[in-house]
Amino acid sequence: MSDLFSKFDPLIQQRAALLKSGVTDPFNLVMEKVESPTVALCNGKRTILLGTYNYMGMTFDPDVVAAGKKALDEFGSGTTGSRVLNGTYAGHRAVEQALKDFYGMDHAMVFSTGYQANLGIISTIAGKEDYIVLDIDSHASIYDGCAMGNAQIVPFRHNDIEALEKRLKRIPEGAGKLVVLEGVYSMLGDIAPLKEMVAVSKANGAMVLVDEAHSMGFIGENGRGVAEAQGVIGDVDFIIGTFSKSVGTVGGFCVSNHPKFEILRLVCRPYVFTASLPPSVVATAATSIRKLMTSSDKRAHLWGNSKRLHAGLRQLGFKLGTDEPQSAIIAVIMPDLETGAAMWEALLNEGLYVNLARPPATPAGMTLLRCSLCALHTDDQVGEILGMFAAAGRATGCIS
Amino acid sequence: MPDRQKTLATVLQLIEPFNKKGVAVTEDTRFAQDLEWDSLTVLDFVANIEDEFDVIISMNMQAEIETVGQLVDALEKLKA
Repeated sequence: MSDLFSKFDPLIQQRAALLKSGVTDPFNLVMEKVESPTVALCNGKRTILLGTYNYMGMTFDPDVVAAGKKALDEFGSGTTGSRVLNGTYAGHRAVEQALKDFYGMDHAMVFSTGYQANLGIISTIAGKEDYIVLDIDSHASIYDGCAMGNAQIVPFRHNDIEALEKRLKRIPEGAGKLVVLEGVYSMLGDIAPLKEMVAVSKANGAMVLVDEAHSMGFIGENGRGVAEAQGVIGDVDFIIGTFSKSVGTVGGFCVSNHPKFEILRLVCRPYVFTASLPPSVVATAATSIRKLMTSSDKRAHLWGNSKRLHAGLRQLGFKLGTDEPQSAIIAVIMPDLETGAAMWEALLNEGLYVNLARPPATPAGMTLLRCSLCALHTDDQVGEILGMFAAAGRATGCIS
Repeated sequence: MPDRQKTLATVLQLIEPFNKKGVAVTEDTRFAQDLEWDSLTVLDFVANIEDEFDVIISMNMQAEIETVGQLVDALEKLKA
């Protein structure tokens, strides 16, 4: 009998070799206690969190927590049903209204995760004769949405406006076109030239979907994302987002002004064939989204944190993913997986958690230490973080 | 030169800058196994092919193309 698991052998061996070197498993960390959006207890040690995407620090907001508790008391622990059957409660409608208000759009559809939002929307709206043109560095959920549908998939080089335009012009006349972009690319923390890309897409008759998972709440005057910051949100047909970053809970969504948008509730399989979010989750999300509308002070502080960390790490001699800070993600480029894992562990021993990211999630086979800042990181904490990077970097030979 | 031969000659020319291992390329040469191209190399190569022939080779089509000969066949079909 052939073992279906043989195909995983190379990965099993790579993992075994890495762990044999004595390094702590970077993909098996347990947080024993979470004190706040920026501090947790890991292996009994107080650890600053710098890799949680908790950009706006809403997870312990007293109003948010209170709303969740109230909904838990009043509506119970779960809906046990699909949105189209018994799984739509008042709270699901309320969070969709909060999203419509937040984005100033006509329609909002909430999914059980951000992954499912991309999976559902992309696979449903692009059919057999249609073309999806997407950035090569798109998130796995976008690729999986493409794979689940039947459209022709055409990738183009990361953030290359001319490459996008060339491909759009070659698509046969009359075919449906969907351009899929992200506001912030989460691996390197760089942003897309949406102003130019949306214009090129519209000029060539394509609909545009922008995933703003890593910009919501933070980028743009009202926190609506990179499309807002670059003045093209009115030309974007679909915005995909998540509750698991700035909003501080779990869930995904799509907002749109398309007049026929509501039909998706009946034809989008990842929306129909799964249970809806628990009442407590949608209550916390709605409360958090409404608070994010008026969080410009926090946005300013988060930008300050991002700029300071970027400049500080650069000064220490680390190689970073972007020349200037473009988002709340700062990616530190490691020479290889072994050094990356050693540096990750050294930082953890110092009391700092970052994400270790490696292929295939990363572009060009890179190993990254990905740092995501929080609006609630204090100035002192950012100083501490820089001190830990200096110590760990010298101990592992990453910097001199 | 017949059309297919011309297409093959152009494809071989476009492969050369990415043929880092100096493989002797024939119609049976496989892109992944023999040339050992990663996804970024494939993207760049496909972009050059698309620009040269003014066609789109979608990922769906790429999945069906393993060898140089199959690429030439696909291009002949796309041009027709």
